[in-house]
Parts: sequence; C-alpha cells; structure tokens
Amino acid sequence: MSTPIVTDPSGFELPAKQLAAIKWNIYFGFAVLAIGVLFGIEQALNYAGIDIIRDYPLVHSYYQGLTLHGVLNALVLTTAFANGFVSLTTARGLARKLNGPMLQASLWLLIGGSVMALIPMLAGRANVLYTFYAPLQAHWAFYLGLALVVVSTWVTSANQLVTLRAWRREHPGQRIPLLAFMSITTYIMWDIASAGLAIEVVGILLPWSLGLTAGVDPLLTRSLFWFTGHPIVYYWLLPVYISWYGMIPRQAGGVLFSDTLTRVAFILFILLIPVGFHHQYVDPGISTGLKYGAAILTFGIFFPSLMTAFAVMYALEIAGRRAGGNGLVGWFFKIPWDDPSVCAQVLAMLVFMLGGISGLMNASYDMNLEVHNTAFIPGHFHLTVGTAVALSYMGIAYWLVPYLENRSLYSRRLGVVQAFTYFAGVLIFSRGMMAGGLAGMPRRTAIAEASYYLPEWRIPGIMTGVGGSIMFVGAMLFFFNLVMTIAAGSPIERGDVPFTSTVQTPATVGFLSQMDSLRYWVVASVALCIVMYGPFLIAHLPPEVSILPLQNP
Amino acid sequence: MEPESYEKGFLAASAVMLAIFLAALAYSAAAMGIALPGQTGAIYCNVNQRLRKVLRSTPPFDSPGVHQTAPGKYDVVVIGQTWSYTPDRIEIPAGSEVTFRGTSSDVIHGFLIAGTNVNMMLVPGEISTLTYRFDKPGEYLLLCHEYCGRLHHTMSGKVIVK
Repeated sequence: MSTPIVTDPSGFELPAKQLAAIKWNIYFGFAVLAIGVLFGIEQALNYAGIDIIRDYPLVHSYYQGLTLHGVLNALVLTTAFANGFVSLTTARGLARKLNGPMLQASLWLLIGGSVMALIPMLAGRANVLYTFYAPLQAHWAFYLGLALVVVSTWVTSANQLVTLRAWRREHPGQRIPLLAFMSITTYIMWDIASAGLAIEVVGILLPWSLGLTAGVDPLLTRSLFWFTGHPIVYYWLLPVYISWYGMIPRQAGGVLFSDTLTRVAFILFILLIPVGFHHQYVDPGISTGLKYGAAILTFGIFFPSLMTAFAVMYALEIAGRRAGGNGLVGWFFKIPWDDPSVCAQVLAMLVFMLGGISGLMNASYDMNLEVHNTAFIPGHFHLTVGTAVALSYMGIAYWLVPYLENRSLYSRRLGVVQAFTYFAGVLIFSRGMMAGGLAGMPRRTAIAEASYYLPEWRIPGIMTGVGGSIMFVGAMLFFFNLVMTIAAGSPIERGDVPFTSTVQTPATVGFLSQMDSLRYWVVASVALCIVMYGPFLIAHLPPEVSILPLQNP
Repeated sequence: MEPESYEKGFLAASAVMLAIFLAALAYSAAAMGIALPGQTGAIYCNVNQRLRKVLRSTPPFDSPGVHQTAPGKYDVVVIGQTWSYTPDRIEIPAGSEVTFRGTSSDVIHGFLIAGTNVNMMLVPGEISTLTYRFDKPGEYLLLCHEYCGRLHHTMSGKVIVK
C-alpha cells in the first residue's frame, strides 16, 4: 500500500493559463518522443540484421531515421520536458506565479523551432545526426530551428530568475526553498553550458548553411559542440534529480535527509561544466594533457552522482523501514512498488547505476580506445538518457499528468507493468550493444546494409534487436496509459506537487548559509571554462583551416 | 551510528575510489605506454584551396601507404575520403610496431581496427597519430566508425598481419 501524498498546507496553485503552458510543454515533449521511438525500433532491429526502414512512410534512409531519433528524443523531448517541469517546480518551490508572457514565449519558441527543424529532417535535407558535425551540411532551417529551441531554454531561465528576484525582495535574508534552488541552478548550469552550441550554430553553421561563408574548421565546430555536448547530459539529468531528491522521498513514504548535500550536488554540476574533451580523447589536434585534465574533471562530476546514490537510497530506506522493512536490504522490497511513479523511477535509478559505471569507463582516458564510437557508447547512453532520464520522465508523468488534467491515472497496474517492461528491455538492449562494441561493432552504422560483418557481432546484435523491441513495447504501453488518462481518466480534485521536506534543514548561519549566492558559482564555473577552453580557442581563432561542405549527405 | 557519519564515510570512500581510478589511468598511460592521439600537427588549407589537392603536396600524405622506418617499425600513412581509405589494404609482418598517420580529405571519418586498440578520428585539417604493435597474425577489419554520409557503412578496409 503506497503512502498517500499529503497536500501541502500552503496549497499554492499556479494560474490556469500558466499550468496550461506547462502542460503543453510536457505534451509536446511526449508527442515528439512518440515519433522518436518509431525510429528507435528501426535502429535496434538494424543491429539484429533486419532492415525495416524501407517500409516506413516518408523516411527511407537509416541515417535519416537516426537523425530523427536523436534530435527528437535527445534534444527536443528533453528540452520540452525540462522547460515545462522545471518551470512548475520553480513556481511551486517559491509558491509564486511565473511571468506569463515569458512562459508563453518559451513554449512557442520551442514548438516553432522544433517544427522548423523537423521539416528538413523529414524532407531528407538534414541527414546529419544529432551531432551535425561539419563539414556535413544540413538545410539552414535545421540549424535555425535548433537555435530557437535553445533560445526557449534561455527564456525559461530568465523567467525563473525574474521570479526569484521578486521572491527575494519579499523574503529578504531567507534561504531559497530547496525545490526552487534545484530548479534554478539546473538552468543556470545550462545557461553557461549552452554557450558552445549557441556560438557554433548561430556564429558558424547558420551563416555557412546560408552560403554567407564558404568553409569551416571541423575541429573547432566539433569542439564547440562537445563543450555543450557533455553538460547537456546534466541538463537532461537534473530535472530528474529534482524528482529523485525532491519528490521520490515523499512519494515513497520517506523523507530526504540533508538539505545541504542536495544543494552541494547541484552546485557541483554548475562548477564542472568544461569536460567536453572527454568525447574527443581520440581526436587529433588536442593535447593529451588537456585530455587528461578533462578526465580529472569528469571523474569529479561522478562525485555528485555518488552523493545522489547515497541521499536518494537513504530516503528510500527511511520509507522502506517505516513500512516495516527490516534487515540490510529488506526495506528495499517494502517501498511502494505498486505506485507506478515510484516504481518507474526506482527502476530508472537502478539502471542509472549501470549507466554511471559504464560512463566512467568511457571517461577513463586511454581505456576509451576500446570503446570510442563503438556500439558500447549507445549501449551506455540508453542506460542513462534512454532510461534513467526517459523512464523517470514516464514515472513523473504518472503523477504529473493526473495533476495537470484533474483526472486519475487510467491504470496504475499498467504503469507498473510498463516500467518493468521497459527496464527489462533496456538491460537486454544495452548488454547487446556493449558486447558488440567491445568486439568493434561501430555505433550509428547501418549494419544490416554494411559491406562488412564480424561473426562475434551476431549474438550482441540479436540482443540489441530483442531488447530494443521490448523497450518499444514498454514505450507504447506508456503512451496508451497517457492517452487514456487524458481521454478517460475519472475526474479528481487537483492534488499538489508532491515535494519532500528534509530532516536536516538548511543552514541559517555560517559559511553554508551563503551557498545560495549563485553569482559566485557562476564566476567560478566560467573561470574553469576559460582555463580548459581558452588556450584551445586562442590556437584555433581565427581558423587556419577552411573546409568546404558536403551538402545533403 | 548517526546518518551524518555514514554520509561522511560514503563521500570519503567515493573520493578515494575516484582518485585511485585516476592514478591507475595515469600509470597506464605513463608506464604502460598506452597513448592517445595528441597534438601532432595541422594541415593549412584556406577556402580557395581544395583539401584533396593540398594533401597531394603535403608530406607524409603525398605518399599514402606502408613505409618501413626501421627494422620491425612501420609508418602507415592513410587518407580517409567518402567512402573509402587510401590505402584500404595494409600488409605488415607480425610483431611489428606500426605508427598510423591519418587524415581526411573531406568530412570527419573514423579509423577503427576491430580487436585492437587502434581507434582514432580522421579530421580534415588535422593529423592523427597512434602507435600499435601487431603481435597476432591474421586479417583485421578496418572500418569507419564516424557517420560520414549515405554510404558510411561501406567504408572499410583490411589489415593483414603475416
């Protein structure tokens, strides 16, 4: 029996119009995910040697499908969900409404930008994958659309900051409520992290695709991409951390232990942004010293995830013991597994442990030679973004959609079945991809059509296809439950955002009480970015290399 | 024990674990000689030049292929282009130490020899260098592991160790 969510006595509710904007962010994200997974199953089956892309409407190339899968799932879904969810948690944390026009502007920038990028992708004029490495060149609308999506995140961040400023004026000297602190720091991190992508897309790729400039420096654009391309995973993950730290303890019937530890974890994500060179360990033109520096910082960023493992598991242990669980691990079976929101997110956490360990392997400097650009990498990130994040989004939706719709979830039992299905699927899928990768099976390659094939890829490839198909079924069960909830869930009164309290409250005196002074963390973060990227940029600006595009790859 | 002491103990153990991992990696790179490609030179090419032509007059890419540099030591100079390698068949004797020097004449390509530690990117305008010792005779698959356009999955070659 799960613990009922206690309604917060302050009972703050956002105006209906603002809740509607948040709702459409979330729904747009899930709609995009639905398209994205249609191309996911095709990728997985391809590794099993089955080519079904030829039977798809509109899309006929493996790489076109892969571009849609990556851009829609990793860039658009994540942004849409974060913009909506984190706006809600900011407002609820501060018990204050947001700036309405900015909320609307962010929504329309997101939708407009996504559609603008989607059109060339569907037309086959942007087969450049979600990393869009120059000199591969897409239609300009692809770059402009993605730029607008990034602008939507900045508008969301600005909205949070004006709301925070108004709150601070009314609450002088008070600590920022934890839920709002996590939300605002997530976007401050992203504001700094997105600079590389913004400069690359707006400053270089967009004018280049419009024919205003002729050539690009491929190492420069690639490095700017990865400046953002690693911390973007924090941007995917941190909204989920808001749920894991801020909500799951209460949903499970426990409580979060330390307010301070939680804030420190989020601050570390702001501080340790410039780790992108660990995606470029085997690139030429970057010194090995810089690469080892990136390894050190990357291992540093593993630390807040270990903090999370402690803090969230301890909160779950409190819940399990309250429910009568005993012994070293007995409590784990007493948490409310019949609550699909808790179930999906706890399974996501378990998968994230494997994702974290495999990520540490990737980040391990010269060990990267074993795995770089092999199927091991998507094996890893389907454990992280593909499950720890995506399955948590689904878990969050199991309370969020009823909250937004004033309707009860269509089927709790189906939600639990869905979570276990997806969980089982990804374990098989990633096991296959990783084994194949270690045997040299390349990532993002149309293996079913390739001119080469190694016998040791066969069983890993089959596991990839089978696991991916099970994940696909898991995703479809989610969409079915979602649509049925909106269409046919029984009406209920609006609940509240289920956020937790902490055993240890925030410090009000001494050094620790000063950690809400966000500007210091921003300054330190930017300084570290300059240390890591300054010398590289000075050496590459202005570019000495100018390479002509490969159009319509 | 109070939760605070568990918390402190866990965090201290985490930090120690990460430090040990980093030290092991530094040891593997410094003492075991498992090196990554580094900064080994760029190829100047301005917008009025065709990179393909520039490479024809830029050593070592003016003569792609296998070159013996000392007894048991070879340089292999490779150019990647859509969608093939020059050369795409590399023959070397077993036990030789091979230094690969690679670049690309158009878009970004990959250079992976399955079953070995040879794994690097070929970036237009940059020179990638990696050394590997081939002890086991056999035929190795060389393949492009970076998407480089519609026929990316046909870009491959062979390394034959005799």
